[in-house]
Amino acid sequence: MNIIEKGLLEKITGLHEVPQGAYNIRANGGLGGRNTTANIDIVSKEDKPGIDIIIKPNTKNESVHIPVVVSKSGLNDLVYNDFYIGENADVVIVAGCGIHNNGDEKSSHDGIHSFHVGKNAKIKYVEKHYGDGDGLGERVMNPTTVIEIDEGGYMEMETTQIKGIDSTVRVTNASLANDAKLVIKESLMTHGKQYAKTDFTVDLNGENSSANVISRSVAKDESYQVFLSNINGNNKCAGHTECDAIIMDKARVSAIPEITANHIDASLIHEAAIGKIAGEQLLKLMTLGLTEEEAEEQIVNGFLK
Amino acid sequence: MLELKNISFKVSVENQEKEILKNVNLVIDDKFVAITGPNGGGKSTLAKIIAGIYQPTTGQILLDGVDITNKSITERANLGISFAFQQPVRFKGLTVRDLITLSAGKQITVSEACTYLSEVGLCARDYIDREINASLSGGELKRIEIAMIMARGTKLSVFDEPEAGIDLWSFNNLIRVFEKMHEKTNGSIIIISHQERILDIADKIALVANGEVKKYGSKEEILPELLRKENTNFGCVKL
Repeated sequence: MNIIEKGLLEKITGLHEVPQGAYNIRANGGLGGRNTTANIDIVSKEDKPGIDIIIKPNTKNESVHIPVVVSKSGLNDLVYNDFYIGENADVVIVAGCGIHNNGDEKSSHDGIHSFHVGKNAKIKYVEKHYGDGDGLGERVMNPTTVIEIDEGGYMEMETTQIKGIDSTVRVTNASLANDAKLVIKESLMTHGKQYAKTDFTVDLNGENSSANVISRSVAKDESYQVFLSNINGNNKCAGHTECDAIIMDKARVSAIPEITANHIDASLIHEAAIGKIAGEQLLKLMTLGLTEEEAEEQIVNGFLK
Repeated sequence: MLELKNISFKVSVENQEKEILKNVNLVIDDKFVAITGPNGGGKSTLAKIIAGIYQPTTGQILLDGVDITNKSITERANLGISFAFQQPVRFKGLTVRDLITLSAGKQITVSEACTYLSEVGLCARDYIDREINASLSGGELKRIEIAMIMARGTKLSVFDEPEAGIDLWSFNNLIRVFEKMHEKTNGSIIIISHQERILDIADKIALVANGEVKKYGSKEEILPELLRKENTNFGCVKL
């Protein structure tokens, strides 16, 4: 990998070098490096671009890194990744995509990730999206995540997009079996004329299944965000969705939460709040010696942390 | 030393001009000055004028002889003025540690940050990583607000009713906090308060009512008089 690609890798994974454990690095649509372990196998798909990540049952305390970096202008990358997480496994999966576009053509990465979380398995999935480069070419990402959690399984998904992506439509669909649990935490910041749409649908099919979908976002400049969250309670279950957004400048945010109870014992809550930074918050930090701009930055960084 | 010279503050309410502060003159050069008086008398407005949140309509504010009337909130903070809000502000995502660090104006160790929290009677271990959000009670927020002022350690600290919203048990601790602050400070502390026990710590007391400084003098001079008038309604003008 060259310096730009290494820089992107660091932004999305926090890693300076190749990660420990299992990994698959996709660079400009090709393979940039791969490592498998005794418990985690990574196999290229034969019928379409992408990989299968197979985690053996009972695998504990292992991690898989599958970063994608795009540094060529005009590259439109599409990839299908399937994760099979065996029963009772307990693993961390770190994905993420960085686009560096110095050219004037659109660069994009569309990742379609499917998670099959086995019985009583527990996974933490961390996904970061980042873009940079000085070209006029757009940086576009449209990730789709499909999640199936088997009985007693648990998945925590942390998805972050802080900077540099001009357009994104993120679709996440999840279905949960008995006693399965899903937690989604989204952090999003848009600036310039960026557009970001988030679309979560969670089907709580199993008895005692639960989902908690939390989004915190900041929209600056003339950017536009749409947050859709749809939780269907089809059994005795608990669902909570929360969208909390700060708007600044001329930005716009739409929050459209939807909850549907199809079962008498479904308990569902949605909360949505959009507003500018409270004047009192700015004043307080200014009385500590910060300028208005510094105060704003602290509030935004804290909010998205 | 803080000097307020002929400070007036007018606001327009439904096209009618209302004078919140009228020609206030006050020199603060003692370690501990309490400002008391009836609700709506102009005390909090005065505190906000000192901190720079409000600009006086007329008059001058001098800090150690330097005219700070036209200085911003940030500039005044950096010149050594701290202000504890009557109603502390909540911040989603920012932790107690973040705010104490910002107050100190430099990176401080966890144990330093914890010292300030312990001073205000909070078990530091339980609070240091808590978010300043709705999960904290009003009393807890007030104490954190005081800890922030301690972390700043500036030459002038203004507290707007630190006792408001604090339960009786915590109030006794709060008194001890201010007694200690009185002992230790190298600068001046201004406290807006209605509480006799806080007034009793003060070196000087100012009585502000109807936008004016009605009395200003040593505690020994003012406090007995105030207590005699305990049931008097300062705000009511006899017709």
